[in-house]
Amino acid sequence: MAFQVVRPHTGVAPLLVADGVSLEYGATRATHDVSFNVYRGDRFVLLGPSGCGKSSLLKAAAGFIKPAAGGISIDGRRIDGPGPDRIVVFQEFDQLPPWKTVKENVMFPLLMTKRLNRHHAEERAMHWIAKVGLGGFENAHPHTLSGGMKQRVAIARALAMQPEILLMDEPFAALDALTRRNMQEELGRLWEELRFTLLFVTHSIEEALVVGNRILLLSPHPGQVRAELNSHQFGLDSAGGADFQAATQRIHGLLFGDPAQGHSAAAVDAAPAAAGAHIERSRVS
Amino acid sequence: MSLVLDPPVRQEYVHVTNTAAPRAVDIPLPLARRAWEQAWLRKIFILVVLAVVWEGLARWQNNDLLLPGFVQTAQAFASGVASGELLDRVRISLAVLLQGYAAGIVAAFVLTALAASTRIGRDLLETLTSMFNPLPAIALLPLALLWFGLGKGSLIFVIVHAVLWPLALGAYGGFQSVPETLRMAGRNYGLSGLRLVLHILVPAALPSILSGLKIGWAFAWRTLIAAELVFGTTGGQGGLGWYIFQNRNELYTDKVFAGLAAVILIGLLVENVVFRPLESVTVKRWGMQR
Repeated sequence: MAFQVVRPHTGVAPLLVADGVSLEYGATRATHDVSFNVYRGDRFVLLGPSGCGKSSLLKAAAGFIKPAAGGISIDGRRIDGPGPDRIVVFQEFDQLPPWKTVKENVMFPLLMTKRLNRHHAEERAMHWIAKVGLGGFENAHPHTLSGGMKQRVAIARALAMQPEILLMDEPFAALDALTRRNMQEELGRLWEELRFTLLFVTHSIEEALVVGNRILLLSPHPGQVRAELNSHQFGLDSAGGADFQAATQRIHGLLFGDPAQGHSAAAVDAAPAAAGAHIERSRVS
Repeated sequence: MSLVLDPPVRQEYVHVTNTAAPRAVDIPLPLARRAWEQAWLRKIFILVVLAVVWEGLARWQNNDLLLPGFVQTAQAFASGVASGELLDRVRISLAVLLQGYAAGIVAAFVLTALAASTRIGRDLLETLTSMFNPLPAIALLPLALLWFGLGKGSLIFVIVHAVLWPLALGAYGGFQSVPETLRMAGRNYGLSGLRLVLHILVPAALPSILSGLKIGWAFAWRTLIAAELVFGTTGGQGGLGWYIFQNRNELYTDKVFAGLAAVILIGLLVENVVFRPLESVTVKRWGMQR
């Protein structure tokens, strides 16, 4: 497939710059020399099978991991630790302190960073809880909520902080397929309204195409950049279309072997299990 | 007819679902069943059965010196309370106990907070707990008497020893089982060091901390009563253990039982009035413990 020809943009500086990032866990190298730029308003997706270091890259952007080589900077400032300008939404439900109600959870970072006083934090929390469709559940404790609702709380908590960039680490991976689709739709709607900057990690090709406007493909062991593609033309409604299918096949080809060989069964088998399930789905759909 | 199972093709249908689905009607249970659902009633039932068995055994033995019955013990207890002697002893014991318990909690918190935030603190806690946790507090009493003399100082010393290690071990275990995601969420908001401990680790580890507090409380009681039995009193200010010891010497066995009953009652009271409500407004409400 031919590459799209895009005129080089001028005058806009990237918000987040990853420059030759290599991450290591002891002796194993998680990513090797990964570079990418995220611009303001981007929905930038890191996509790849398990073992490609996409989650590690996100954790490095959040400041939880220090790169062995290279570095990540935001707005020209080097990232050397976690900070409230980059709020993370994790996959795991236990990111919400169980001893806090929905409202207290959303207020928590606002109060901890001393950004707002209690009264204003409460006001803002109520606003964002309503925004993610959880009005009426302010005083519920997390263990009484469903998985999808817990992720909504985490998203409300992150957006209430109005971070420079929102980091999402497979936020919908632990949800059932119906809820996941719902949440993708919701996230799209929130983005349409607010135009925040998003760095999104996923192992699902469909999710990457639907959520993102720009996709960084990573190949595994160690994670290396395979390609960077545009996906701004796709939304949830394009999921069944021929273009969408073609894009899915193309990404699949890029990730699992030579496009010339096509996508043989062997390539799918070789794919790690987590990614394999999605690949199978994209093949048959 | 084919041998292959061929399910029939059926008519499709679509319903409009009722938003207000009918709820199950609550059928009131009979009174006896409802009463049996109450945990405190079941527990009182157990206590009554035990008291009856005890009274029966005592009547059968018919020896006041060896085994006074429930009624006799209750009388001794009531007269002890009425004369104020028993309550005085309880007050003295509790005052010492609470001081030692509070000091033990503070020491345990400092140790675990250090262990949670620094590596050398962790090594320190692991080494100290493995050294001192198996050491019975009462075995330190001779040493304590040597250092602090007869009196409150020695008692508090052994109580702190009894509370500190199990509580520190429990709290530290709780800290270690706090999910990594929750820690990262806390650090994401700029929390670190003592603030991370106070805002994330302590509440997240509360189930373990509460059970450590309970174990610490029980250990403190045992240690205190045992220590009072060993060296008793200073200046006529003996506590409950001393009361038990003194009455045994004078062969007032019913008063010995009354003293033991006081220990047990305080234990029950603290469990049901302090720890259980504390659990139900915290860890149970938060869904962290069933």
